[in-house]
Amino acid sequence: MTVSNEYLSHWAEIREVIPHTAIEYTFRMAYQGAVQPGQFFQVSIPKYGEAPISVSGIGEGTIDLTIRRVGRVTNEVFERYAGERLFLRGPYGIGFDVELYRGREVVIVAGGTGVSPVRPVIEHFYWHPELGRKVSLIAGFKSREDILFAEDFTRWQEQMDVILTVDNNNGDPDLRQGLVTEYIPALAIADPARAAAIVVGPPAMMRFSIQALLRRGIAEENIWVSYERKMCCGIGKCGHCKIDDVYVCLDGPVFNYTRAKDLAD
Amino acid sequence: MGYRLSTDAMNQVLAELGKQYAIYAPKCYPGGNTFSEVDCIRYGEVHTVEEIETERKSDYSFKELLLPFSETLFFFTENTIQEASVIEKDMVIFLRSCDLHAVRRLDEIYLRNGLPDFYYQRLREKVQFVLIGCPAAFDSCFCVDMGTNRSDNYDAAFELRGGQVYMAARHPQWEALLRQYGEPVEGFAPSYVTETPTRVSIPADLSPAVAKSTVWDEYDKRCIGCGRCNYACPTCTCFTMQDIYYTDNAKAGERRRVAASCMVDGFTDVAGGGSYRKKHGERMRFKVLHKVYDFKQRNGYQMCVGCGRCDDVCPEYISFSAILNKLEEAMQEVRGDGQQ
Ligand code: SF4
Ligand code: SF4
Ligand code: FES
Repeated sequence: MTVSNEYLSHWAEIREVIPHTAIEYTFRMAYQGAVQPGQFFQVSIPKYGEAPISVSGIGEGTIDLTIRRVGRVTNEVFERYAGERLFLRGPYGIGFDVELYRGREVVIVAGGTGVSPVRPVIEHFYWHPELGRKVSLIAGFKSREDILFAEDFTRWQEQMDVILTVDNNNGDPDLRQGLVTEYIPALAIADPARAAAIVVGPPAMMRFSIQALLRRGIAEENIWVSYERKMCCGIGKCGHCKIDDVYVCLDGPVFNYTRAKDLAD
Repeated sequence: MGYRLSTDAMNQVLAELGKQYAIYAPKCYPGGNTFSEVDCIRYGEVHTVEEIETERKSDYSFKELLLPFSETLFFFTENTIQEASVIEKDMVIFLRSCDLHAVRRLDEIYLRNGLPDFYYQRLREKVQFVLIGCPAAFDSCFCVDMGTNRSDNYDAAFELRGGQVYMAARHPQWEALLRQYGEPVEGFAPSYVTETPTRVSIPADLSPAVAKSTVWDEYDKRCIGCGRCNYACPTCTCFTMQDIYYTDNAKAGERRRVAASCMVDGFTDVAGGGSYRKKHGERMRFKVLHKVYDFKQRNGYQMCVGCGRCDDVCPEYISFSAILNKLEEAMQEVRGDGQQ
């Protein structure tokens, strides 16, 4: 029996580089093949190595990968431009099944880089508003300088309720200030028992957001989360992503909250 | 069928096999232990029976033959990727019953948990296993309680008794060789251990709730997070990817995978700065539950094979088997029915 070598990456061409902040850029990559929102690729970042990057956009023949420069880590990739290439393998993992949200109210709460994995879900409902009932998006960043996909937020407002907030607006009256959790109690939800929620972000933000959503009457089985973990293989071998008996790379990164709530790191 | 051979005849068998196979067995490396002048017993290539260490337990297992501590996966330049080639020879590995059971655990992760692993698979299919009969347990062994003391899925079995070699064959190649060099004996079966000095019992109702117990706290200080227990364990399979760039060509290099330990700092660090299980006690809980709970939840049988190597290797004299025996009390504590 010969098995294929899953560790060998393939070149993908960089079609476009979209800067968001001083340290975060979206690379629009040429890509043919099926990808689910919430899935991730193992991306070879020159001088750093491989890192799991969620798809932040799915286009016609392209995928978006939003990559953050961390220390020495991801520096060199930012010197790459359209026409150059990156090594990729994937997609891996279980993502969001947007069919589950068809015809329902959907509340999306995302913090910081947590916006990346849910962006394809938001785009799905932006382009197909008839498939949802109503989408509410609450997104939080540390400050104005940290906001990702700023132009998208303006566009999304055409189709959905968008609350964009920063932890500290430095006195800027145009920016809402406060944690995402503060906006959950007042959210207009017509039918909480049937509404679905998606929560992605730093651990503490996820914990408090879920508590607030549960208090609004959203059922545990109607909440989905996506976990960010260290991943060296993406295929259930390296062990870095394991929590209890779950491998985040295989069984996630997207989990229904009924499964996620008992997982203890 | 069983066979008896003189050591000379067995050496001829090994020489014959050596034409096609690299033969690996536990060997004694005098003064080869990393943290003292004592002998280190680990796997190496052997050509004669005399080189095989059968009296003492190996400090490190056969694992590194299938999962090298550091393994080059491929070589890259800016535009190309070239898969690392595989060793030419097939392998024969001599190992005890606990370790043969450990092979099943490695297969579980590397062949069945998610997509199969190309590098493991291509080595694995080259291997024949020779069971080393095990007449008596060592101090820290608890294979009987883990159900790993007997094996019958070997290609051949080997045991030294009174200066003579006894063998049993299941693989036709071995059968042919032994018929040629040995003399048939009725009823030879490799010895196996039926009792161990160390005993463990794992509570039937063990659950992740045990994380809340205070038993883990003492390891915050006692465990130094060195990872030796993982590196010595025949069932630990984790690795970290490393890209190495060559100094003479900064755009070329190789990607390696290197053994990793869930007890060592950095195991869970994500690029954005997050990190989980910062306390050593939390890491101990994670490791223990993986070995005797999570793996079973996922795969239906326990991961730990009771070889006791983690106890033998720990520089802080932390005993894994002693922790297993504290789990009952820890469960009582979290159930709230223990005496406080
Ligand atoms: S956990 Fe310890 S006793 Fe169990 S298989 Fe690993 S090294 Fe052996
Ligand atoms: S060998 Fe001992 S000290 Fe080192 S990580 Fe394991 S339990 Fe901790
Ligand atoms: S990323 Fe390696 S096991 Fe999940």
